[in-house]
Amino acid sequence: MEKEEIKQKIYDLVVKSTGKKKLKSSDIQKQISSDTGCSRDEVKDALKDLMDEGKLIYTYFGGSYVELPPNQ
Amino acid sequence: MPKKYETPMLDELEKGPFPSFVTEMKKAAAKSDMAADALGQLERCFKDNRTHWKHGGIVGVRGYGGGVIGRYSDLPEEFPDVAHFHTVRINSIAGLFYKSSFLKEMCDIWDKYGSGLTNFHGSTGDLVLLGTKTDTLESIFAEFSSRGWDLGGSGSAMRTPSCCVGPARCEWANIDTLDITYATTQEFQDEMHRPAFPYKFKFKTVGCAVDCNAAIARADCSIIGTWKGKIEINQDEVANYAKSGMNIQTEIVNLCPSKCMSYDGKTLSINDDDCVRCMHCISRMTKALKPTGEKGASILIGSKAPFVIGATLSWVIVPFMKMEPPYTEFFDLVRKMWEWWDEHGKNRERIGELIIRRGMREFLEYIGVDPMPQQVKEPRRDPFYFWKEEDLAK
Repeated sequence: MEKEEIKQKIYDLVVKSTGKKKLKSSDIQKQISSDTGCSRDEVKDALKDLMDEGKLIYTYFGGSYVELPPNQ
Repeated sequence: MPKKYETPMLDELEKGPFPSFVTEMKKAAAKSDMAADALGQLERCFKDNRTHWKHGGIVGVRGYGGGVIGRYSDLPEEFPDVAHFHTVRINSIAGLFYKSSFLKEMCDIWDKYGSGLTNFHGSTGDLVLLGTKTDTLESIFAEFSSRGWDLGGSGSAMRTPSCCVGPARCEWANIDTLDITYATTQEFQDEMHRPAFPYKFKFKTVGCAVDCNAAIARADCSIIGTWKGKIEINQDEVANYAKSGMNIQTEIVNLCPSKCMSYDGKTLSINDDDCVRCMHCISRMTKALKPTGEKGASILIGSKAPFVIGATLSWVIVPFMKMEPPYTEFFDLVRKMWEWWDEHGKNRERIGELIIRRGMREFLEYIGVDPMPQQVKEPRRDPFYFWKEEDLAK
């Protein structure tokens, strides 16, 4: 699977979870890897790109989570 | 003119023979409103007997999930200059050696963007900068990274590894603690800056069992230098210690935890097979005793401060590992431990707590380490290893 596709799937998953469940990075890796069959390293790499681009951010509420930036 | 608050309760902490953080905060408050408000709010916390600091939230620099700890006042109208008072962790250098030119630059940056208050070093081991606002974080990061420095770890991630001064200043270091710390930092950059663990994970490396960095009590993975050979004894120096007033029987032999030493008033003997390499005798008789033979490290797992369960000390999983660059065996072991923790760990569960919950046998099987006598943490307590049918058939 192309990296851009993985990125989109991660982004969609975070959007879908917003307001319902805070996702940890490992939750995303497990979920996307199981849905798409790609390796967890590939998911990690795609997630890193999303963070570097500012499309997703890390937050801390007693643990570290992956969320949408506050203005989205 | 900076603000000034009456601080009768904090003033009490300036009394006595020791240096006081209140005195230093007052000096900073003389030129920084942020430091002045921090002092004012602290007095209020003492007065109300509760904290007025909030913690966490959405702060950081782009791409990083750690290094900045969000702190906010719950009295922002009363203390507006500490409405945001974030902490920045800078990845400290192994062994905590700094050039004075860096310290000057660092202070200039911090006076420009922050409260001017620092903490050398936080209990994490990082160089801690106390108190800044959200909109200055990217500038602070740019200033430090352009000088070759990086943020430290925070959140559910690998924390900034730390170590004792090791071979830089100590002849008893069995391993190069500084190089191991640097190599670990470089190897696991992703794990430090992009939190993906169930909770925090700390490495601390010390050169010997004296454990000047308290690795056995403070690190999820403690790397403690040790040796395989005998303890070499210089009997002339033993005699000199006795002559200078040391009671060798009481102070050395009787305090040996494995009772492997004896002293007849003239000759000190050690049964090296029973020695547990605790360093007690060597650290007391540095001129007379010396470790010899192959050097390496014991790898221990699981210490932590009280949280879900009480405080725990690390326990041995690999009694002896050669610790030489590129540390492949060690890094492979760490990755296996993380895989198991990632698979089974609950949110905010440390790896040591997971081992207690699921059992050491399962952990050892997963990471591919055979059970060994050195792993028995508390003899005569419940054994952690249960034989399976196939083991009995062997």
